[in-house]
Amino acid sequence: MTGVTELRTPLGEEVLTLRAGDRVTLSGTVYTARDEAHLRMQREGIPFDPRGAVVYHCGPVVAGDRIVAAGPTTSARMDALTGFLLDAGVRGIIGKGGMGKGVVELLRGRAVYLAFTGGCAALAASRMRLVGVYFPDLGMAEAVWAIELDQLPLVVGMDAHGNDLFGRVWEEAKAQCRARFHNSPGSTP
Amino acid sequence: MHRSQGPALLAAVAEATAEALSEAEIRLPEDVEKAIRAAYGREHNPVARGELGNILANIALAGEGRTLLCQDTGIPVIYLTLPPGLPYTKDLEEAVARGVRMATEKVPLRPNAVDPCTRENTGDNTGPGIPAIHVKPGETFAVTVLPKGAGSENVSRLGMLLPTRRADVERFIVETVALAGGRPCPPVILGVGIGSTFDGVAALAKEALLLPVDDMDPFERQLCDAVNALGIGPMGLGGDTTALAVKVKKAACHTASLPVAVNVQCWACRRATRVVEGWR
Repeated sequence: MTGVTELRTPLGEEVLTLRAGDRVTLSGTVYTARDEAHLRMQREGIPFDPRGAVVYHCGPVVAGDRIVAAGPTTSARMDALTGFLLDAGVRGIIGKGGMGKGVVELLRGRAVYLAFTGGCAALAASRMRLVGVYFPDLGMAEAVWAIELDQLPLVVGMDAHGNDLFGRVWEEAKAQCRARFHNSPGSTP
Repeated sequence: MHRSQGPALLAAVAEATAEALSEAEIRLPEDVEKAIRAAYGREHNPVARGELGNILANIALAGEGRTLLCQDTGIPVIYLTLPPGLPYTKDLEEAVARGVRMATEKVPLRPNAVDPCTRENTGDNTGPGIPAIHVKPGETFAVTVLPKGAGSENVSRLGMLLPTRRADVERFIVETVALAGGRPCPPVILGVGIGSTFDGVAALAKEALLLPVDDMDPFERQLCDAVNALGIGPMGLGGDTTALAVKVKKAACHTASLPVAVNVQCWACRRATRVVEGWR
């Protein structure tokens, strides 16, 4: 891995060249979606053009037309709600903590998972401009906000080739823990 | 001798609570920022350096713009020190809660407090038993706040270990971090309680999070090194920096017990203290 790849939405085939662990920046429009927005989109359809789109797992704090805080939420909650977005052409997901093994397979050959640093709400807001909203009735945290990004710094957490940096690091940590305390009982799986 | 707890003093308590909470949400304590900066200097993994760089940029932006460090503004945990002669009363408790409500509206903070079963949000970060208030005797009248985020709180653990297996204390602590992976937004700070009782050990672990992180004794250093050997790294993306510090508080315990609690704290170890004006 050398340097930082600059990406812009809508994303295309270039996501297939990315590898887990690559550092990228992302510019262009992305769409926030948490639990409730996923359910609504599944039921009523995706309100934006999903081809090459990027979905951000985020419930921002919005004041008027300004984004005040917009750090990522835990992506694993959306594990079972992600397939329909990728089937519709979504090329990227931004969030924190990575997603389950099922999603690794769903991403294969078409999309990537991009990790944004957890808790960095002020940094995120400084790289964002609000452009629109869908499903405002879901409330501030759960609505789908269209946001223009200016070079948000991200890491490819899961690539389109079955590599999962979160999964690999976590498995290695658990193996390391088991090896260190191999002769004493405990609960490390 | 009881000092008077008139409306002026209660208003000052609410004000001190609101000020401390607002400050904690916006500006990270100096010792924590210093620890993150030191970790950034030591880190070898380029992805991890990028994550720590983002965290440092975020801290600077929040401070300059007087905005929130993190959108999970936490659940309020309060530590009161009461000077001699000042009793802990229901009025005092209500004044602290009023301070939490003031900060929630003014900053504003995300309302996080809900009924545990119906999940109905109270809307103002207070409710039955919340803010959690811990009282200690002291020389001055001061309010310390520790707004606690859920990601790290949810992976915290308590164990009643076998007193004959004291080496398991280290295992339990390291294992807690291994089981948590990237979920608590590492690099973490671990507040560890050893001893006391089932309930007391959890309180000790949380109190340990109030201790400065730039000073570790040899035992804490050993625990911190063992955690960092896991290689989980910032946000679970791998690296040398899984924990910034481990802080331990001990208490005596029953000869047949060995309670251990690990309160996991994300990098945003937010805490602030305000002296209540005019208590003398």
